[in-house]
Amino acid sequence: MSAVSVRQVSKSYDKIEALKQVSFEADAGEIFGIIGPDGAGKTTLFRILTTLLLPDEGEATVDGADVVKDYRRIRQEIGYMPGRFSLYQDLTVEENLEFFATIFNTTIQENYHLIEDIYKQIEPFKDRKAGKLSGGMKQKLALCCALIHKPRVLFLDEPTTGVDPVSRKEFWDMLAKLREQDISILVSTPYMDEASLCDRIAFIQDGQFLKIDTPAAIITQFGQELWAVEGDDMYTMLLDLRADERVTSCFTFGESLHVTVREGTTMEEIKAYLTGKGHCNISVKAIEPTIEDCFMQITDNKANG
Amino acid sequence: MDDVVIRADGLTKKFGDFTAVDHITFEVGKGEIFGFLGANGAGKTTAMRMLCGLSHPTSGSGTVAGYDISKDQEKIKANIGYMSQKFSLYEDLKVWENMRLFGGIYGMKESDIKEKTDRILENLGFSGERDTLVRDLPLGWKQKLAFSVSIFHSPKIVFLDEPTGGVDPKTRRQFWEMIYKAVHDGITVFVTTHYMDEAEYCDRVSIMVDGRIEALDSPKNLKQQTCSQTMDEVFQKFARKATRSAD
Amino acid sequence: MKQFLAFVKKEFLHIFRDTRTMLILLGMPIVQIILFGFAITTEVKDIRFAVYDLSRDQTTRQITQRLAANRYFTLVANIDRPGQVDELMKSGKVSMVVVFDSDFNANMLHTGEAAVQLIVDATDPNQATTMTNYATGIITQYQQELSAGSGMGTAMMINAQTRMLYNPQMEGAYNFVPGVMGLILMLICAMMTSIAIVREKERGSMEVLLASPVRPIFIIIAKAVPYFILSVVNLITILLLSVFVLKVPVAGSLTLIFLGSFLFILVALLLGLLISNLVQTQVAAMLASGMGLMMPTMLLSGMMFPVESMPPILQWISAVMPARWYIEMIKKLMIQGVDGIYVMKEFAILALMVAVLLVVSLRTFKKRLE
Repeated sequence: MSAVSVRQVSKSYDKIEALKQVSFEADAGEIFGIIGPDGAGKTTLFRILTTLLLPDEGEATVDGADVVKDYRRIRQEIGYMPGRFSLYQDLTVEENLEFFATIFNTTIQENYHLIEDIYKQIEPFKDRKAGKLSGGMKQKLALCCALIHKPRVLFLDEPTTGVDPVSRKEFWDMLAKLREQDISILVSTPYMDEASLCDRIAFIQDGQFLKIDTPAAIITQFGQELWAVEGDDMYTMLLDLRADERVTSCFTFGESLHVTVREGTTMEEIKAYLTGKGHCNISVKAIEPTIEDCFMQITDNKANG
Repeated sequence: MDDVVIRADGLTKKFGDFTAVDHITFEVGKGEIFGFLGANGAGKTTAMRMLCGLSHPTSGSGTVAGYDISKDQEKIKANIGYMSQKFSLYEDLKVWENMRLFGGIYGMKESDIKEKTDRILENLGFSGERDTLVRDLPLGWKQKLAFSVSIFHSPKIVFLDEPTGGVDPKTRRQFWEMIYKAVHDGITVFVTTHYMDEAEYCDRVSIMVDGRIEALDSPKNLKQQTCSQTMDEVFQKFARKATRSAD
Repeated sequence: MKQFLAFVKKEFLHIFRDTRTMLILLGMPIVQIILFGFAITTEVKDIRFAVYDLSRDQTTRQITQRLAANRYFTLVANIDRPGQVDELMKSGKVSMVVVFDSDFNANMLHTGEAAVQLIVDATDPNQATTMTNYATGIITQYQQELSAGSGMGTAMMINAQTRMLYNPQMEGAYNFVPGVMGLILMLICAMMTSIAIVREKERGSMEVLLASPVRPIFIIIAKAVPYFILSVVNLITILLLSVFVLKVPVAGSLTLIFLGSFLFILVALLLGLLISNLVQTQVAAMLASGMGLMMPTMLLSGMMFPVESMPPILQWISAVMPARWYIEMIKKLMIQGVDGIYVMKEFAILALMVAVLLVVSLRTFKKRLE
């Protein structure tokens, strides 16, 4: 049975269409990532699945239960960490955890094994108020609170936004461990680099799913050679490359420019062209596309019809 | 060196017993994109406040755009631009009203403001949005507009405080291209962030850990020194040494 | 039940750990009572008055001089026809008129007893009381001197009869105790409860709670419980303060006072819930309860200004203010000490309000986010 199944779900607020005919299945026991920028419709989707909003059209089930009719049952079965969720700042770590355990009709002891690995890291601070924890610690505590009743499906809406890279990495390590406990995880993120940590991902933009597949398959489907071009004056180089008709796309990627070219164009040709424009220290090399390259290619194709 | 626009020399800030910023020393050259990295609570914000003339250093000295950060705060403020993701534009004002407001704050002439507003909106392709309330713009547009406004008065240096979280990759690229263009025009960019992909765009980055600068070099050299593939790995290696966990 | 108790406990922790809230909750009633009781001074200066002297004898002239010589009083006019009393009062030129009957002197000489009438503008009841007290004091003092000076053993009696204009019941003197009770209960139950609920919406924790197995209505009831308890604590504080510090007597049945208060607390809690259903931010909740409930409660419920002297349109508005009926009920029970039968109307109106608000609040209550 699918952990989450969504068929043709749409949702509008006033004039804004937040979700347009979205369909997908997330299998039991997988980490399913929903990747897209702010305002793409991630939060609306999560709220529909956690029974907090009603879809205008379409159907959705979570763990086999309908999100509209069986909302009571779903509320027993899921764990949810909304994007803005910040715990109760004025309660201590332990009080927060105890409170969430009680409202889910359980105790900390009952499911301690589930959160043990995570909770051990914050236990030394259990008498500290949640508001006094660092961003990463808060995130861990929030995850413990969402897990304490051993949910069958876990919904994490942008859990790593605003968290520093070290804590982000630890957080993803924890998710990988949870998967082994047979908990299905639906997670959204605006960070492309986190996509490769999911089993399958869906790209979402403007309320639509653009692609659903494993990260590896998405990268294979890029289908074009990708070059990283570097030189001394990156900005002029960017303008020069864009001006050349052999170049089909050119984007800045940190220290280098990621460039795709028309079929048949060689690296030497591009190098010669740039040298002719007066650039120094030019290096061009073929690279493996990243998820971010793929996202941009897919949104680009979408925009061009 | 003539073209040093930011210089910090043993800059320190203490709050009681707590040393938020601990003797940091660095220089930023004209036209450089300088990344100021650190985990939550490492002291980035405090350090930046001192450089912007908003907070007095406990000890140490510094100059920004040639002015002393302990004495000439007002002159510093006139010569820098500032943008953060948290606050940048007034949501309930129209696009042109925001531009006129910020132009006015920096003492620009009415005619200059008008002319520059037209030019910027045209460059951004926003000419049709002149009379739109900022809150009705998509997030990516807001950030591009906010950056344009922060350099509206042609400052020498622009401080960007975590500027591009949560935008789609394409808009983010456009944003960085705007930054490159500003640098091309001679503006120095000082950017604090904890998103490592933003760090890759910088000429040089510093990594703050527990109030001190633990590393300072170009992303390429840092990656070589630490045998890392990405800035993320570099950051992990340095930041894991942190003992402080504040927010 | 365990879930419910965990909620109530959490709510109490929120309150106890927020010093500001605690200060408002427990300090407010004390400050208000003290403020209204003592700080709002009833001392008046520069009382302008007129004299309507039909007797025109030595005694009346002396009394007039005594009054005029006092530093609080200024004589501005001598009146010679009755119509002028109203004219001067309405135009605000004087706030008191002293009237001596034509047979004042005759009565004084023959019976040793005469009456002087003080007509007072009672728009501000506190001022009116002070004025009459001052004037009566001066007249009494004069009368004592007169008796002592006459050498006769018999006492001379001058009775000062006071007539209050515009507000004959002298509403307001003890008014503020029931008024403060109404205000405080409204503040704690409606304002604090709505803010506490909306805070969870704003912080995003409401999403987690709604997505949990807890029945949404329990979340709300659990939020209301601590504020209910605190209201009762405040009710008792106010009653104790007014009895022992301000010496306002509790003339009627305490049981009825508490019963009426519970009813009013229920109305206020439901109003708070209604507000929290309708708004999304704490600031909006604060404005809605502040401007929508507190201000009208203060201005229109008869706490500061007597309802009877309001223009009809404001009287109608005040009729839908729960605090108006509560304050009236408490005034009757506490100060006048009437039987339960005489507050049936107020009880019935408040009960009706509970019923209506219950239906509206439950109708607008959402078990989802929209």
